[in-house]
Amino acid sequence: MTHRVEPAVAALLAASLLAALCVGPLNLPAESVGRVLARLAGLPVEADDRAIAVVSALRLPRAVLAALVGAGLGVGGAVMQGLFRNALADPGILGISGGASLGAVSAIYFGAASFGIWAMPFAGFAGGLLATNVVSRLARTEGRMPVAALLLSGIAVNAFAMAMMGMLVYSSDDRQLRDITVWLLGSLSGASWQRVTLVAPAVALALAALPFLARALDALILGEREAANLGVRVERVKRLAIAVVAMATGAVVSVAGPIGFVGLVVPHVVRLAAGAGHRRLLPLSAGAGAALLAGADTLARVVVAPAELPVGLVTAAIGAPFFALLLLREKARLGA
Amino acid sequence: MRGVLLAAFAAAALQAGGANAAETPQRIAVAGSGLTEIVVALGAGDRLVGVDTTSLFPERVRRLPQLGYLRAIAAEGVLSLKPDMLLASEDAGPPAVLAQLASAGLRIVRAQEGYDPEAVVRRVAHVGEAIGRPEAARALEGEIAADLARVHAAVPRGNPPRVLFLLAAGAGAPLVAGRETAAAAMIEYAGGRNAIDGYRGYKPLSAEGAVEAAPDLVLTTDTTVRALGGMDAVRALPAFGTLAATKKLRFAEIDPVYMLGFGPRIAHAVRELARILHPDAALPELPERAWLKADR
Repeated sequence: MTHRVEPAVAALLAASLLAALCVGPLNLPAESVGRVLARLAGLPVEADDRAIAVVSALRLPRAVLAALVGAGLGVGGAVMQGLFRNALADPGILGISGGASLGAVSAIYFGAASFGIWAMPFAGFAGGLLATNVVSRLARTEGRMPVAALLLSGIAVNAFAMAMMGMLVYSSDDRQLRDITVWLLGSLSGASWQRVTLVAPAVALALAALPFLARALDALILGEREAANLGVRVERVKRLAIAVVAMATGAVVSVAGPIGFVGLVVPHVVRLAAGAGHRRLLPLSAGAGAALLAGADTLARVVVAPAELPVGLVTAAIGAPFFALLLLREKARLGA
Repeated sequence: MRGVLLAAFAAAALQAGGANAAETPQRIAVAGSGLTEIVVALGAGDRLVGVDTTSLFPERVRRLPQLGYLRAIAAEGVLSLKPDMLLASEDAGPPAVLAQLASAGLRIVRAQEGYDPEAVVRRVAHVGEAIGRPEAARALEGEIAADLARVHAAVPRGNPPRVLFLLAAGAGAPLVAGRETAAAAMIEYAGGRNAIDGYRGYKPLSAEGAVEAAPDLVLTTDTTVRALGGMDAVRALPAFGTLAATKKLRFAEIDPVYMLGFGPRIAHAVRELARILHPDAALPELPERAWLKADR
């Protein structure tokens, strides 16, 4: 059964993206969406102006952004869980989400948002990279980064970022406070091609690094010394893994806010279906994360239309029960 | 590219709306409670196609499609109502979505905020101009200004009572209004003094801070009283228990949509609050204006 996972995830991703393009508060027939897509692909097809505008300027960038964000979070979670050999690791474990959130919240607080739509993503991205940098410096001893030290440094940096955010929340005025609250729920609203171009390179680089990581992470399951005996250059792998996750997560959080749950749970679901080998786990986590977020965001856009839900609420609300169900089904096997 | 496409869409929508759709919007979406009240007061309530969740008055606007929270409206959601104008208060957002809507060719009219009654009068003129009802707006401005002037002249200015405004937001400790809040502004206009001067915005209530502020009156909202479990529970908060032992402390509850909305009902709201602050003062009766009725 496990060999059918790749086609299943691919089909799921295609279905989510299709739904994201065809479904929305504005009622567009699937046929006219198809015409727009054909037109965008360069085919000589007539399409109506309204459909072109809505699909190409609103739905398409948003679907692509959702998929990128989901892929980034899914891969980030899978890599971190592999590196830490810890099922509770998520992309935020190295302080990246905390740092990125602090960066974005500072941007709101200091009014950087009025310097244009790029200010917040950049502040978020910078915050994430800075946090990762601090964590790796804190954890480094004699040229090595012991996993336990990384984990504890991550906890320290996250706690500090949370405290700083608390200070900003406390001293912000009514309007900033409401902005911060909305942002912290995680949302893809305002998705545009500019934001896609901001996130795409980071996620693409992370995906490109996966083949170099997969074998090493497999070896790391046995333990660091054993992996080293197998010829894995453990410290280099750690640095690469951290760089990859920092970039992807920093970019993702800075445009979409801290969307929880995806990075933690998607790798688990994939592992239950396809096993723990990273050669399959990493790309499948990317695909499944993309499918989950594109689907969740479609729901977020329509359930309370013409208003919209923060997508972070939707991922948690549909993902958590689904995960619990899977656990129930697999409990016997897990216990064995 | 995107802008061109969305503008094309908007042009198509405008043609569908008739020749002079550009001058007189027929389908208006509003983000901002005060603006919603003004549109209805100007007799254009039947042109509203959607409002944000802070727009709660008059009652008919609650049945309109909801754009969601003022600071988090959705681009496609707004477009799905096929509006030819979005009236947005300065508070409306997020900016990225407003930018998308603007590049979609949707006419967006921003209204200035400002916690003073004169700003309400200016906003009425602005909205009247934007929705093509300037005469109705001039009449409404005149009525509001006249009512305001009468209240203003009668509000006692000597010996202002110190007023502490308490607001429960979610779980956590209830919040107290500082400087630069709608509550502080209303308290000043109604002849009181905001008891808290040390910070701006809302901050959690500290028992000692409240004692130091030494209010004569604790003003709170109906939802706060409900959230805390009744007015007796508000009185029993540690801060107020201590205070009440040493001085006379009054409590009153208000409807925040009415009192802090800074919409057309501003003069009546100021009068109502002045009556609470100065129970013995002689305040003029204001005319029963049409736009006060909740069931229009």
